Parts: sequence; structure tokens; C-alpha cells
Amino acid sequence: MKDLSILIAGRAGDGIDKSSLIIGEILAQLGYRIYIYRDYPSIIRGGHTFSIIRCSGNKIAAHGDAIDILLALNQDSIDLHKSRLSGESLVIYDSSTVKAGSGVGIPIGEIVKGVNAIDLMRNSCIVGAMCKSIGIEKNILEKILRGNITKELDLNLKVAFLGFDRAKEVIKIEKLDQKILPVVTGNEAIGRGLIKGGMKAYIAYPMTPVSGVLHYLAGVSGEFSLNVIHPENEIAVILMAAGFSYAGTRVAVGTSGGGFCLMTEGLSLSGMAELPVVVLLGQRPGPSTGLPTYTGQTELNFALAAGQGEFTRLVVAPGDSEEAYYWSALSMKLAWKYQIPAIILCDKTLNEGTYSFDMDPAAEINGPEPLLWNKSGEYKRYQNTENGISPLAFPSDKGAVVKINSYEHDEAGITTEDKDLTTVMQDKRLRKAKYLLGEMEQYETVKVYGKKDASTALLCWGSNKGVCVETGEKLGLRVVQPMVFSPFPLKQFKEALKGVKKIICVENNAAGQLADFVKIHGINVDEKVLKYDGRPFTPEELKNRLENRHS
Amino acid sequence: MENINLATSARNTWCPGCGNFAILNSIKAVLGALIDEGFPREKIVIVSGIGCHAKIADYLNVNSFYSLHGRVVPVCEAIKLANPELKVIGFAGDGDTYGEGLEHLIFAAKRNIDINIVIHNNRVYGLTTGQYTPTSPLGFRGRSTPKGTKEAPINPLELMMASHAGFIARGCTHGIELLKKIFKEAVMYEGFSLVDVLQVCVTFYNRYDYYNKRVYELKDHNPEDYGQAMEKIREWDYNIDSKIPLGVFYKKGLSNDKT
Repeated sequence: MKDLSILIAGRAGDGIDKSSLIIGEILAQLGYRIYIYRDYPSIIRGGHTFSIIRCSGNKIAAHGDAIDILLALNQDSIDLHKSRLSGESLVIYDSSTVKAGSGVGIPIGEIVKGVNAIDLMRNSCIVGAMCKSIGIEKNILEKILRGNITKELDLNLKVAFLGFDRAKEVIKIEKLDQKILPVVTGNEAIGRGLIKGGMKAYIAYPMTPVSGVLHYLAGVSGEFSLNVIHPENEIAVILMAAGFSYAGTRVAVGTSGGGFCLMTEGLSLSGMAELPVVVLLGQRPGPSTGLPTYTGQTELNFALAAGQGEFTRLVVAPGDSEEAYYWSALSMKLAWKYQIPAIILCDKTLNEGTYSFDMDPAAEINGPEPLLWNKSGEYKRYQNTENGISPLAFPSDKGAVVKINSYEHDEAGITTEDKDLTTVMQDKRLRKAKYLLGEMEQYETVKVYGKKDASTALLCWGSNKGVCVETGEKLGLRVVQPMVFSPFPLKQFKEALKGVKKIICVENNAAGQLADFVKIHGINVDEKVLKYDGRPFTPEELKNRLENRHS
Repeated sequence: MENINLATSARNTWCPGCGNFAILNSIKAVLGALIDEGFPREKIVIVSGIGCHAKIADYLNVNSFYSLHGRVVPVCEAIKLANPELKVIGFAGDGDTYGEGLEHLIFAAKRNIDINIVIHNNRVYGLTTGQYTPTSPLGFRGRSTPKGTKEAPINPLELMMASHAGFIARGCTHGIELLKKIFKEAVMYEGFSLVDVLQVCVTFYNRYDYYNKRVYELKDHNPEDYGQAMEKIREWDYNIDSKIPLGVFYKKGLSNDKT
């Protein structure tokens, strides 16, 4: 089935983001699978911002370079994206302000003025014109606008219909006979997954690319009885999470690299005090502030090593919206069973990318439940057990005195500096990793796509999954995607690589962190294809890089 | 003392004569009485930071969270938000919460979360063996400032007034009856309360004589009067050798305006 890519562009503040979501939802109504890429600078107003809405009959998780339809609200939109157009591309533009050689010109500026609408509504007008141009019915346009626009709906509809009526049908997009799927951002999928995992508190200081989780959860906090808190800084965030966890409330926090730097002492506390906390770590290019609104896979090493001392942690990296949902829920459950910190590594591409989301495969998540105190005998918060997991009790549990300690401590939680006890307690905490690794065999931790028996494999992680799967299928390569990095399921990973003679590692970073990581586990990567300009790979680019890698 | 045994088996390692004993004994008395009156013991939670003060978590046989340096306050806030039925009391040092984690104190006061914070303010770092803190007087000679500090101390109570704290008090570890009275009132206050305790460190900054000569208990003071409270809070700025008032300076009526 044919792919279709639509690019909508304008200045930051022009409402491009909202419009791209509306276009995505309209196309989803015809049975298409959607992926939306957002590109915007770190400013509030002005600058150039654009979104690419790609739809396909098959599930997709990447955008392409070539564009079939360009929606231009200003001159830059044409000038900056000319190279993406072919002879067959359709340009729909605001003829009131934009000069284009060819295409469908609609006097959007005049239409909007004519009905006393504000400039922002030019979006609705161009979306209306687009629908007519590609043969989408007016009632679908209306339905989606009604579902998305909260301010001045009637005027928006009027403007959209005027755009629709002014345009002519140029092509007729095929309606697909398959289930209509909702369109969600990675951030929303993560938020829903955390709720599925039993989360009752979410704490975050705003930071791109995960602020979307904070906004989504704040919006649904009433519906799901959530405590959603935005405190003074990330140090307060992680310490508050420790407090919630101690009180028996399932809690997650969200941040990016810079905020995570501030959280590391609290992360280590979570390891020592055995307080389960889920940390959502949205990567972007560093070091330091880097490119705050762009993407990168720069924090694998950091996530694996963050925090002083040695402690058991879970580190996972989902690759698309369904995996994000699944691993968010499962990470919460595993964190509580093993009383450890869990880090969900994601990135701007996954967080702010928009995907068709199929709840069905992810709906049943049979994660474990935590071990609770049986309410008999003297309670010891850090009771030493075979698998290192101590029964949980919480303040207000009658008969229990629950003592949490950041110092080394005895089973009751009282500080100790005894050498033998120190060894015993450190062994207890680290032993949990072995049991967690064993439990991991129940779950699919490494995925294989593409030509599954090919002897050349693309090795990828996180959001690169989408582009690698698509490219691997095209080039007849095996694609291997590990999703769990700590504890690392080496056995499953080796099985996924069985028969592979050449490994090409694809990453959005400059050092090849996954390549280095697997090397520690005895697996050598033959070649690395790296990209670290803040933009994700497109299938065309990756194919090109793979085909020309010897030149 | 009270009949209820709130002691643990942990060996106390505070120096003989340390002001922390007065704080421990006062809070034991207050909590003991509270439990006697029927408040469920399992609903009491104490939180401590890192420093000599923090060992109180090991010495009190109630639910406790021995946290990180500077990070008492956010832990207290979260525990209270997670389970509003709990009575949450945080113990922190002056280096701990007026220094390392000052931002949390300001925001907790601003949020007016119902927690009680007790500052063991000995005006010196004890456990790291004698450096200046945010409330050490100008010219304090510590191990990191051998020639004396060049900065005046902050008045933490004035800062708390500016941050909309609902309850602000000061006690001294010489004067346990007054300390008990203040703790009781602070623990019962429904909202954010801060008690600054002039706690003497006998090893690194022994101020017993200094305080004994200067402290007095507030009389004829209306703690609901913001102006009076501010005036009394400013009487001693933690630097000059003036009289030092003790007691409850400010107690915002629960339905009062936000002044």
C-alpha cells in the first residue's frame, strides 16, 4: 500500500503542532497507520517549525525525507523544503502570502480576514483545503475538528469549510479496510502505561522531551486519582518520589539528562533504601544543554552507571508507542516486586513522536505483585531473604515500625558500620539482580525483525527500531532490538544473533554506546552507523548510509 | 518521663552534654503524650537528614526515614501527600536545611503542607568536624574559614516569614520545658511549622553560657500579629549580641489572610 507524507510548516506559535495531530487523526479515520515527526526550535514564537505526517497501510515508526503534500502557510515553508518535493508532489499554499511556482493556491489570509477570524485559524483553512484536495469527505474533517478544537469551534469549522470548498480534488486517497487506531504521542502512551502499572503519583519538573507526560497526567489526574506534582527542582522530584514510595504509593518521575544529573543522589538512595521508583529519562543531544528540542541516544551509559555505589537497577528502552506502554507498566511492577529503581530510557523521537496505538497486543500485562508483610512477628524492613526481597510494610500498618535508611543498616533499618553486616546487606541488595534476570526470561526482552535468518544484522535500540525495521525489510537484513539493558538478558540476546556473521550497529549518538555495551558482554560489532545531529534517521538516509558505508 | 518506650536498641553516640539529647527527650515526651492520648503510634513518621542530628532516626522507635543531607523536607512533604493521616515530623540540621537544601524549606512553607520541621541549629558542622554554617556569626573561625568568615549569617526565621510559613518558633536546648511546649504546639499545628532550636554543640561551638545570658521567653506577644512577629524575629539577627527571644513568634490563624 502506498505511503503518503504530508509536511505542514510555519513559524513557532502558528499552531503547526496541533494541525499535524488533526491531520494525523483525519488520516487514521481512513484506516491508515500514522507516524508524526515534529521539528521545532527551542523558542516560543517565530523561527521555523514543521511536522511531517506520514501514513501507511502498515505500522510505521519513522518519517521519510520525500514529501507528497506540502502545506505552506509562509514562504519559508516552500523555500526550506523544496528539496523534499518531486514532480508529483502537491503544494497547497496560502496565496495571500506565499509565492509558489505551481500547486493549489488558496487565498487563506483573505478567507480568514473575511470572517473576522484570527491568523491562527489559517491552519484550519489549509487543513480543510487539504482534505478536499486528496478526496477526504467533509464529515471526517468536521468530526476531527470537533474532537480537537476547544476554542472558537464554530469559527474554525467555518474557516475549514471555506478552505475545503475553495479547493479541488486532485487525488483520491484510498480508504483502507482495517481497524481504526487512535493516534497518541509516545508521552501519552508512557503515561497510560504507568497508570496501567498502578502508578498513583507522578512528579516532574518541566523538561523537554518528557513534559508531555506531566501535562497529560495532570489533565487526567482526577479521573485516575493521581497525585501529580511539579515541585521546585529535580532533587525535590526524586526525594518526593522516595517519600511516596516509602508511604506505599506507586510513583514515577520524568526528566531529561540535565534533570537526571540532579537526581542521581536520590537514585542511589532508592538503591540503598530499597524504595521502588520509576524514572522516565527522555534523551536529547548533549553534553549540557545541547539541542534541547532535538533527539539523541546519549544516556545509555549514564542510565546504567548513574548514582554512587553499586545497586540493582532495571534499565529498559522501548522503541515505539506500544512498547512504551508495555514497558512503562511492567517496569513499575518489576520495580515494586524487587524494590529497586527502574529507568525507562526514551528520547525526543519516541516521546514527542505521534503513533497509531494498538492497545490490544499490550492490553494484558501480567506483571508481578509486590511481597507484603504477613503482619506477624516483629517487622524488619530489610529482612534478609533468599532472593533478597524483604516483605513490605508501610507507615500506618499496625504493629510495624518501618525504618528506612540511607546509611548502611541492619535488617531493622538501624544504622551500622559493622564489617560483616555491611557485606551481608550489600549481598542482599545485589542478589536481587540475579532473580530479576531469571524472571526476565518470561518476557520478550530482545526482538528480531526483518529477514530473520539473514547473516547480517542491524543492531538498534529505542526509537531507532522503526527506521531499522523498515530499512532491514527493504534490504533483506535481520534487525535485532534489545529492550532491557540492566540486568542484561545475554542469553536471549545471543539467541537473537544466532547465525549472524556481521553486526552493524545503528545509533543516534557519536560514540556508539550500544556497541561498547555489547562488547563488554563479549559481542563485537563490525560496523557502526551513527548520527548525532539531533535528527532521527529517515529510511532513505539509513538505506543510503548502509549501501555506501564502504565508500 | 512518659511510660511508653520509644527507645531503640541503638547505642547513642552523641557527645556527652550535646544539645541533641534535649531535643530527643522533648520530642519523646511530646510523642509519648500524643500516643497516651490515643493517637496511633503507627501513624507517626519522623524524617532526618545527615549530620549528628539525624541519628535521632536510629534512637526513636517509630516509623522513620533517614534521608540525605539537605533532603528532609521533600521527603516529609511526599509522605504527608501520600497519606494525609500521618503525622510527619522532620529533623534537620542548619547546614543541612538552611544550606544544602534551603530551596525545599522555602517551597514547603509556600505550599503550607502540614508537616513540622525541627532544626537542630548548632551553627556549626559537627559531623564534618567544625566548619561554618549559614547561621554562624560573622567572623566565625572554622576549619574551612581559619581567618574568620566574611559573611553575615541569615536569619532563617525572617526568611520563613517571607516564604509564608504558618508557624514559626524558636527554642533552646537549655530550657527543655519550653522546648516541649513549643514542640507540642508545632506538632499540633495544621499547616507548615518550623521550630528553630538553638542546639549547643559542646565539641565545636559551645554556646551554653552565651545563650544562658541572652535568651528570654516571649511574653505578652500575639503570634497572630504579623507585625509583632516580624519585630520579635528581627530582635536578634543571629549575629549581634542582643537578647534572644524564645517561643512561638508567628502562628497564622487557619482562616486568616495570607499576609
